Amino acid sequence: MAYKTLIGLEIHVELATKTKMFCGCPNTFGEEPNTNCCPICLGLPGALPVINKTAVEYAIKAGIAFNCKINTHTKMDRKNYFYADLVKGFQISQHEIPLCEEGYIEIELENGPKKIGLQRIQIEEDTGKLIHTMEGDTLIDYNRSGVPLIEIVTKPDMNTPEEARLFLEKLKSTLRYIEVSDCKMEEGSLRCDVNINVIDTETGAKTNITEIKNLNSFKSAVKAMEYEENRHIQLLKEGKNTLRETRRWDEVKNETITMRVKYGVDDYRFAIEGDLAPIEISQEWIEEIKEELPELPDAKKERFMKEYSLSEYDAGVLTASKELASFYEDTVKYIDDPKLVSNWIMVDVLRRLKDEEVEIQDTKLTPEKLAKLISLVKTGQINNNTGKKVLREVFETGKDPEEIVKEKGLIQISDESQILEIVQKVLSENQQSIIDYKNGKDRALGYLVGQVMKASKGKANPQLVNKMILDLINKM
Amino acid sequence: MDIVKLSAIEIRDKILKKEISATEVVKAHLDRIEEIDKDLNAFITIHKEEALKSAERVDEKIRNGEEVGTLAGIPVAIKDNIVVKGKRTTCGSKMLENFIPPYDATVVEKIKNQDGIIIGKTNMDEFAMGSSSETSYFGPVKNPVNEKLVPGGSSGGSAAAVKANEVPLALGTDTGGSIRQPAAYCDVVGIKPSYGLVSRYGVIPLANTLDAVGVFGRDVSDAGLILSAIAGYDEKDSTCYEYPVDLTFERNLEPSEYVKGMKIGIPKEIYIDELDKRLVGKMDEIIKLYESLGAEVVEITLPHMEYCLSTYHVICKAEVSSNMARFDGIRFGHRTEEYSNVDELYKNSRTEGFGEEVKRRILMGTYFLSMGHGRKYYEKALRMRTLICYDFKKAFEKCNIILTPSSPILPFEIGKLKDEFVVKDFTSIFAIPVNLAGLCAMSIPCGYIEGLPVGLQIIGGRYEDLNMIKAGLAFEGGMKNGI
Amino acid sequence: MVTKEQIEHIADLCKLRLSEEEKERAIYEFTLILQSLDEFDNVNLENVEPTLEVNKHTQRFREDIVKPTLTRDEVLENTEEKQYGYFKLLKIVE
Repeated sequence: MAYKTLIGLEIHVELATKTKMFCGCPNTFGEEPNTNCCPICLGLPGALPVINKTAVEYAIKAGIAFNCKINTHTKMDRKNYFYADLVKGFQISQHEIPLCEEGYIEIELENGPKKIGLQRIQIEEDTGKLIHTMEGDTLIDYNRSGVPLIEIVTKPDMNTPEEARLFLEKLKSTLRYIEVSDCKMEEGSLRCDVNINVIDTETGAKTNITEIKNLNSFKSAVKAMEYEENRHIQLLKEGKNTLRETRRWDEVKNETITMRVKYGVDDYRFAIEGDLAPIEISQEWIEEIKEELPELPDAKKERFMKEYSLSEYDAGVLTASKELASFYEDTVKYIDDPKLVSNWIMVDVLRRLKDEEVEIQDTKLTPEKLAKLISLVKTGQINNNTGKKVLREVFETGKDPEEIVKEKGLIQISDESQILEIVQKVLSENQQSIIDYKNGKDRALGYLVGQVMKASKGKANPQLVNKMILDLINKM
Repeated sequence: MDIVKLSAIEIRDKILKKEISATEVVKAHLDRIEEIDKDLNAFITIHKEEALKSAERVDEKIRNGEEVGTLAGIPVAIKDNIVVKGKRTTCGSKMLENFIPPYDATVVEKIKNQDGIIIGKTNMDEFAMGSSSETSYFGPVKNPVNEKLVPGGSSGGSAAAVKANEVPLALGTDTGGSIRQPAAYCDVVGIKPSYGLVSRYGVIPLANTLDAVGVFGRDVSDAGLILSAIAGYDEKDSTCYEYPVDLTFERNLEPSEYVKGMKIGIPKEIYIDELDKRLVGKMDEIIKLYESLGAEVVEITLPHMEYCLSTYHVICKAEVSSNMARFDGIRFGHRTEEYSNVDELYKNSRTEGFGEEVKRRILMGTYFLSMGHGRKYYEKALRMRTLICYDFKKAFEKCNIILTPSSPILPFEIGKLKDEFVVKDFTSIFAIPVNLAGLCAMSIPCGYIEGLPVGLQIIGGRYEDLNMIKAGLAFEGGMKNGI
Repeated sequence: MVTKEQIEHIADLCKLRLSEEEKERAIYEFTLILQSLDEFDNVNLENVEPTLEVNKHTQRFREDIVKPTLTRDEVLENTEEKQYGYFKLLKIVE
C-alpha cells in the first residue's frame, strides 16, 4: 500500500503599508482598541473605499518575486457573508480576476529543487478582531479591519509536511526580502490555513479534504499536518473516509479537533464591488517595480557562493534573511576574510540569536564591531575563547571590542617568558600528569594546557602553551 | 414680500443687496415649516439651532464685506439618506432611528462651504425603496398640490418641501427615478445628474452602480444653482468623474437661444398601452413647443426599453441585498434586546429594524446573487444592461436630447398602490433606463391635466448635463411665454 | 417556480426572519418577477458582454499617507453595548 499526501496552503499576509487598504487609517499593530478607525473601515453607511496604491505595488512585487503573471486588467469583488468581525457584511476581495496568477516558489529538497505552484495572489482587506472574555462576552476591536492583505493560494503540490514547512520558510524569507510584510505569525501578519488529503495510489481511493485553521506557528502547522496525514492514512487503511470539514490544531492535546462540518459549498454571492472602478495596471509600472526589486534570496545565495567562495550550505544560511546577508557583507567590507566572517556568524552569532530569540538587526552587534573582534583574534591579540567572551560582552553592552579588551586587560599573552613561567609552575604542580602523558595518555596534555590557561586567566596563547609544554616534557 | 415665495437666486440676491438678512430668510422658512409640516410630514428632523447659527454667520460675513458662497443664505433641505455630521440620519427607517453619523457627506460639506443653510432632513421611502414615500417609518409624506395624493418617491419629502415653500432648494437621490418621479408629481424641477458627476461619499447607498445625488428647485435656474454647487470631482468617491463638466449657463435668454441647433429625439417606445392617454396629447403639445423654438424633433428608437424595468429589478435588488448587510445592530443601528446567539442577534435586529418593502428587496436581491438559484438571471440582466446602454449610444447619434413623460401615469392617491409592488415601480418605467445607462435627466413641470401635475423628462447624454439644463430652460421660457 | 424551502434558505442567507404570510407574499412576488424575466429569452444575449459598472475611467489610487482617524468615543458613539473600549456581544460560538 502506498499513499500520496496532497497539501495545499492558503496564506494570508498583512502588507507593511503605512495605511489600510481602503482608507487612510494607520496600519499599526498593538494600539488601544478602536483607535485606528474611520467611517470607511468601520463600514459606516455612506462611506466609500479608495484603493491604497502602495498595497497594490507590494502585491505586484510579491507576484513578480513568485514568478506570477500580473493581470493588467483586474477588479475588486464583494465576498458576502455575515460575521461580527466583518463590518460591511462583505469583504472587498478579488474573485474573478486576481491580481497575480500562475506562479511558483522553489524549495530545496535533498534530491534537488522542487517547484510548488501558486494558483493566485489576490488583494483584499482584513477583518476586525474578536476577543472572548471569561464572563462569556465577545469584545470586538476594529483596528485591524481594513488592513491590506494578500491571499496566496498554492496548488496542492506539496507531498509532505516538511515540504510545506520549507515552502513557508521560503515564502516568509522572500516576502521579508522584498519588504512587503514582516511576516510575524505571532502578530498575525502571516496566517496559514492548510488543505490536506491522502490518496491510496494503488486503489485510487481519495480521502475528503480537511481544512486546518487557527495555526499560530510553522511548528504547529507541521505538527497538525503530520497528525492529519496519519489520521487520513489510518482511515484509508480501515476502508473509511474523512468528513469534509474544518479542524483546528490543539496545542495542548496535540491533535486536530473538528470546528465545523461543511455542508455543501459556501455561497458568498460574489459580485463586483460597485463602489470601485476597474483596475488597470500599466506595463510601465510593472517594469518599474521589477527594476526596484531587491536581489532575491536565490540570486543572493548564488552570488555569495561565487563572490565569497562559500559552500551552498553556508551561503544558504547566510542569505536566509536579508538583514543577516547585509550584515555579513558589511562585515566582510571591514575585514576581507569571507570564510572567517562566515564561521563567526554561523556559529557564535547565530547561536546567540537563537538563544535570545532575536534577529540580527535587534541586537547591539554591528558589522564594524564584529569585524574588529574577528581582527583581534586573527592577529593573535586575543585567543578564540576570549573572542567568544568579548562577543558576548558586545551583545550585552554594545561596547567596542577593542575597548572591552583594553578595559579588561584581555590581550593574549604571547610573551614567551611570561608563559614559560606559568608553564613551569603548572608542570611542577602536576607531576602525575606528565607521567600519564609519557605513558600514552594524550588527554593529560590537554589537561596541562587547560591548567596553564586557567592560571593565565585564559589569556595565554594556547598554541604557544601547547608547544612549550611539549618541548619541556620531551626534554624531561 | 413673502420671503418663502422667493426663488433661491432671488434670496441670495436680496441678501447680498442687504435688503433682507439670512436670519430673516431662515426664520421665515422655519415658520413656514412650523405652520404646515405637521400635516405635510416632509421633514424627519429640523436643524433649527444650527440653521439660525449658520444664518448669523452669513449675516456677519455680509456685514464685514467678506465674500460669500454661491448658496449664501439659501435654506436647503437634505434627503435623510445623506449623512450630516452630528445630526441623526435615519433613511426613513427604524433601523437608523437614532443613528448619528460622525462625518459629513461631501455634498453637505460643499453646501456648507458655499454658505448654504441646512434646514433639516427630509422624509423618504424607507432606505429609498419605493416610489410613493409611503413606506417611511416616520409616516407618509403628503403631496402639497393635493394632500390626498402621493408626492412620489423615494425623495418625496424633498420634492414636497420645495413645492410647499418650506425650502427653495433640496437634495434627493435617484436610483430608478426617485428624484424625477416625485418632481413630476409635486410640480417642481428635479434633476438627476450623470452618474459620477456628484460625489456619493456620505450617501447611504441603494444600488452603487445606479445611484445619483440630485437636486430639486422650483425652476431650472434654481436647480442649476445648487447642482453646480454640489457637482465636481471628489477623491473620496472612486466612481466620481474626475474631469470638470461645464454647468454654467446664462439666465433669461430667449428660449430659442437655448435650443439653437439642438436635435430632440422622441422614442417611439413611450407609446405603450399603459401610458395614460391624456399624456399622449401632452407630448404632442411639448413637441410643438420645441419645434416653435427652432429645435428639430426626430423619432428615435430604444429597442430594449421594454426590458428595462426587469433589468432594473434584478440589478438594483442584487446590489441592495449586499449594501444592506452592514445593518446588524453591532456598531450602530437598531439592536434587538433578545438574543441567545449571534445568528439570532442578526435575524432579530434586522427583522425588527427593517420595514416590509426593505425585507422583500433584500430577499429578492439575495436570491439573484445566489448560486443555483437566481444567479443566472443576474448574469442575464447584466448583459441586457449592455444592450440598453448601447441603445442610448445609438440614439444620441441622432439627437442631443431625448424627451419622455416623467411617468406613464399621473399622481395617484395615498394608499392606492401601497402593496402593489410591480405596478408601483411601473410609475418609473421611463426614468429607469436613464440610471441603467448612467445618463442625466431632468423632470420639469409641463402643466396640469384635470388638476394633476404633469412632468416632462428631458434626458441628456453622459456628462452632457448642460444640454439637459438648456433644454429645460428653453421649455420653461417657452411655457412662460405662453406658447 | 420558487419553493418555500428556497425562500427559507434565502432568508437564512440574508439573516431575515419571515412570517408565514411574508413567505407566501415572497413566493407571489418572485413568481411575478421571474415570469417577466423569462421574456429575456426573446433577446439574444449570448455574445453580449455584461455591464458590471458604468464608470468612464479606471480606478484612481490613493497615496499611502496617514489621515486623521475618528476618536474612540466617536467610533463607539452609536452603540450602548461597549466595554473597555471594545464593542460588546454575547459570546459567539465558533
